[in-house]
Amino acid sequence: MKKEWPLWEVFIRGQHGLNHRHVGSLHAPDAELALKNARDVYTRRREGVSIWVVPSTQITASDPGSKDSLFEPSKDKIYRHPSFYDIPEDVGKM
Amino acid sequence: MYAQMVKTDSSKVRDLSEMTDEERAFQERIDRGEKIEPTDWMPDGYRKTLIRQIGQHAHSEIVGQLPEGNWITRAPTLERKAILLAKVQDEAGHGLYLYCAAETLGVSRDELIELLHAGKMKYSSIFNYPTLTWADIGAVGWLVDGAAIMNQVPLQRTSFGPYSRAMVRICKEESFHQRQGFDIMMKMANGNSAQRHMAQDALNRFWYPSLMMFGPSDKESVHSAQSMAWKIKINTNDELRQKFVDQTVPQAEYLGLTVPDENLEWNEDKGGYDFSEPDWTEFFEVLKGNGPCNRERMEARVKAWDDGAWVRDGLMAHAEKRHASRTAAE
Repeated sequence: MKKEWPLWEVFIRGQHGLNHRHVGSLHAPDAELALKNARDVYTRRREGVSIWVVPSTQITASDPGSKDSLFEPSKDKIYRHPSFYDIPEDVGKM
Repeated sequence: MYAQMVKTDSSKVRDLSEMTDEERAFQERIDRGEKIEPTDWMPDGYRKTLIRQIGQHAHSEIVGQLPEGNWITRAPTLERKAILLAKVQDEAGHGLYLYCAAETLGVSRDELIELLHAGKMKYSSIFNYPTLTWADIGAVGWLVDGAAIMNQVPLQRTSFGPYSRAMVRICKEESFHQRQGFDIMMKMANGNSAQRHMAQDALNRFWYPSLMMFGPSDKESVHSAQSMAWKIKINTNDELRQKFVDQTVPQAEYLGLTVPDENLEWNEDKGGYDFSEPDWTEFFEVLKGNGPCNRERMEARVKAWDDGAWVRDGLMAHAEKRHASRTAAE
């Protein structure tokens, strides 16, 4: 009955109140042990204050092949950036 | 270097004009310094070579725990024991980061472990040498981890995203390993004459095996040329070996120890040391499985894997059972 432990993706919130961030993956039989393993593998030097683990099979990813068309709509909208607008110096800081 | 003599399946490096459109686009991405991610298109050879290289690297981290683990129960003080335990635990972690990086290429960790146990994959030759005294633990940290850092720092810029990220993480932790080794060497070298003798003896035995870690001269090797074109190897073996010698010799002098090489001499013209090559016949024998500890290391790994099977299976069965009962109750 040989069966490999499933793969989990690990997300950690660092010390500074930032978002949880993907740090890597690991194998574990269930969520509880995935959390414990994540602590041992990814936070040996106090790298985090909170851990999320998600079964890798539950991640839906965008298709790398359609990257261009997927992100195309945001490419030509430079007016979304503040630097698009010239505000006279007289107006002061804005 | 934890990966030695990794084959690439190609007989020569092709230039852009000889490539298919896909291959050319791929090579151009690498040349621009872009990272290749697991779901991106990649040539078969790139994938296979990376599996070999990252797998060998991971195996080295895991097998590398054995010579040091040997001294955890024999460490001279409680503090040294805690430090060594932490270091060996880091090596396990490094092995895990690397297996995960390899797995993104479509091979499973268990498959890689079984290939190692079947003798179809290698680990670094250095771990087939015994750690006979406590000074050897110092020498391993100082020289072996020192040589590993030499190789791993440039690999942080490697073209494959998951490998590069694993290297960044590993390099952050590795410096502690080398410094704790040098700390042990300082203590021994400044100790009584018996301790100094042990420190010198450890350097004598680990010097050449450490130089072998970088692999034979690869100026003529087609595998190296292809790996460098793919940026999964950044420097030649000789460049890294020279850098290692130039960095390490002054450290040995600081310790008051003698590098066991009569030909070692500063060469003003090249701005580096001239030094003797290690015995490459010995290197190839060790790679073939005839080093002092090859059999012992593999036996220990296979035994740990087999003895742990009931735990892995039991935990999996438990998880499945709980999942089934929860599903039934819904």
